[in-house]
Amino acid sequence: MKKATFKGGIHPAGHKELTSGLQTIAARVPDLVYIPLSQHIGAPCAPLVVVGDLVKKGQTIGMGKGFVSSPVHASVSGKVIGIDVREHPGGSFVPCITIENDRQEEWAETVQPAGDPATLDPEQIRKIILEAGIVGLGGATFPSHVKYAPVEGKKVETVILNGIECEPFLTADHRLMLERSQRIVAGLLYIMRSVGCGRGVIAIEDNKMDAVAALQQAAASASNVSVVVLKEKYPQGSEKQLIYACTGKQVPVGGLPLAVGVIVNNVGTAAAVADAVEHGIPLIERYVTVSGDGVRNPANYLVRIGTLFSELIEQSGGCHEGVEKIIAGGPMMGKTVFSDRLPVVKGTSGIVVLLGASCAPGREFACVRCAKCIDACPAFLEPTSLVKMAKRSAWEQAEASDVMSCIECSSCVYACPAKIPLIQYIRRAKQAVLAAKAKSKG
Amino acid sequence: MTSQKDLLTVTSAPHVQSADSIPNAMRDVLMALAPALLAALYFFRLPALLVVLTCMVSAWLAELACLKVMKKEPTGEWSAVITGLLLAFCLPPALPLWMAALGSVFAIVIAKHLFGGLGHNVFNPSLIGRAFLLASFPVAMTSWSTPLDGVSTATPLGIMKEATGQALPSLDQLFFGSVSGSIGETSTLALLLGGAYLLYRKHIDWRIPGTFLGTVFILTSAVAAVKGLGIWYPFFNLCAGGLILGAFFMATDWVTSPVTKRGRILFGIGCGLLVVLIRLKGGYPEGVAYSILLMNMVTPLLDRYTKAPVFGRVQSHA
Repeated sequence: MKKATFKGGIHPAGHKELTSGLQTIAARVPDLVYIPLSQHIGAPCAPLVVVGDLVKKGQTIGMGKGFVSSPVHASVSGKVIGIDVREHPGGSFVPCITIENDRQEEWAETVQPAGDPATLDPEQIRKIILEAGIVGLGGATFPSHVKYAPVEGKKVETVILNGIECEPFLTADHRLMLERSQRIVAGLLYIMRSVGCGRGVIAIEDNKMDAVAALQQAAASASNVSVVVLKEKYPQGSEKQLIYACTGKQVPVGGLPLAVGVIVNNVGTAAAVADAVEHGIPLIERYVTVSGDGVRNPANYLVRIGTLFSELIEQSGGCHEGVEKIIAGGPMMGKTVFSDRLPVVKGTSGIVVLLGASCAPGREFACVRCAKCIDACPAFLEPTSLVKMAKRSAWEQAEASDVMSCIECSSCVYACPAKIPLIQYIRRAKQAVLAAKAKSKG
Repeated sequence: MTSQKDLLTVTSAPHVQSADSIPNAMRDVLMALAPALLAALYFFRLPALLVVLTCMVSAWLAELACLKVMKKEPTGEWSAVITGLLLAFCLPPALPLWMAALGSVFAIVIAKHLFGGLGHNVFNPSLIGRAFLLASFPVAMTSWSTPLDGVSTATPLGIMKEATGQALPSLDQLFFGSVSGSIGETSTLALLLGGAYLLYRKHIDWRIPGTFLGTVFILTSAVAAVKGLGIWYPFFNLCAGGLILGAFFMATDWVTSPVTKRGRILFGIGCGLLVVLIRLKGGYPEGVAYSILLMNMVTPLLDRYTKAPVFGRVQSHA
């Protein structure tokens, strides 16, 4: 059978064999955790505690204003010893609550099921998800309760769970699918109920056939849930490309998946939803892969939010000589951090440590019009043409050429033999287009 | 809070890139040209070797001189040498060496660097070099010699066009290359090997050679049917002259061919149409070089009107 996929894309070396066969280890719970007050897309949280307060595990310690926001919780029990601005793996500086772990592991009273899971209505489920601080765990960290909120005139026909994990090195979702397959299916069913949709699809690449088998078994009794096997290709896990591969539908330019009746969630998000609905457990830990050629013993960890990268790297045997980059996320779209003393946040799917040799950019040449960037672009853009527009600040032309449709997957840069940093020019063009729009709106 | 050790490198994504590079691609093209070069040296011996060396060395020196004058860094890739080699492939084996050198310099200085250098030239530099020499030295550029013994003769296409009464070479001879012609164009077999390598390495898109050769084959088959010629006629047209060399190594030049898939199909069809037109109705027995140069001219237009619809645009009004 020909497996479904999208058009374009690339085949970077996966390096998943480093960790895909390794059972997830519960990471050592650190003495200090650093909980940033912004771990989601949307308004940052205001602290609900002050320095000196005693907090329990799972206690809400930060709450945001506005609809698009998500609370944060204490991932250990202990004492708040600081609230100050710290660096966030996303690249910004945000207020952050430091908790000294008292090792009591005492749960907050609020951590209990909100009711019989079988009788919860959609609104109640969304409220639980909001209170549990659940956001998209694939890395985008969009608040889940917002995604599930009904939109006038739009019906959700399919909920797709994203188990693609197409970034090289990362295997956290793969391990989660093997080790918590029942939780994922349970979470999917709650999500489907919360959005009033009758069809669930779990999409997995064909390099994880063991996960396919595990989820097929877990979903055996759920007749409205199916597992779809897609071809291994980057960026198969990109939302619009995934929807196309699963349904054959293209999300219109500028539109949301809901425009084609679809909602996409990461498999980890679904497992977190199940924990929240059935046990009232908020999002205080997640699966994280620590890998790369710069770390001695690559591994998968179950990590408390707020654990420093350095603690996980230390548990992985430390780094080899000559580390050049540490990446929060995968090497295609992840962000480099300037120090390993940054906390794991809700969106941290992996920590990839690369040696200097694997980061050496090749020499840049002029574009020779080989069109490899065009063939690789899953959005069907012409990256090299957009770069030429960006170089002469032709922002209107770039906008007319749909530069805003770029999903920043960097496939073009990967494919370019001239080693042109195409994506940086394209990002510049996108910023300029957004700035012009903001200006014209006043 | 940052640790005392040196800060890590911070760059924007992606943090990995493919092993493809311009120097590697140029090396692959040179490797793909190797079988045809060996065939050329076997059939045309020392004169061919001298022309090839002259072209490559003079193209390389012209490149260095241009970069020096324009105060650009040496590029460290082999495209100029490839330009020289490809030019040599379209020259008669017995061409005076100073003409070969002049053609190479013209190709590099005028056709490449005056247009802006690597990646900016509108026309294929090797073909411009050949067109320049043909216009300047029409006699020397059309003085052909037989393979192995170097006796003066006409090319297969010349024999057909002028109806000189000489016997046409067999398809076998055309396939293996033991016919008169330009240095690198005679051995269909060697050129196909090189073309297959470029396809395998994904440096060229099958669409250009496929539609180029397909168009020539279909049109000449139609001519054969009308004129009552045999099936040998379209095959003769495929293997004779510079068609295979042009279709795999010249028309596929990244810089001067379209970047879109549909554009490449139209480009190949256009090249094929022009070749058949020139061969049948034109003043020259052969038209591969001119047909590719003419299509180079419409490449920007093809790119402009054959853009693929952006993801999500197709159904946006549905």
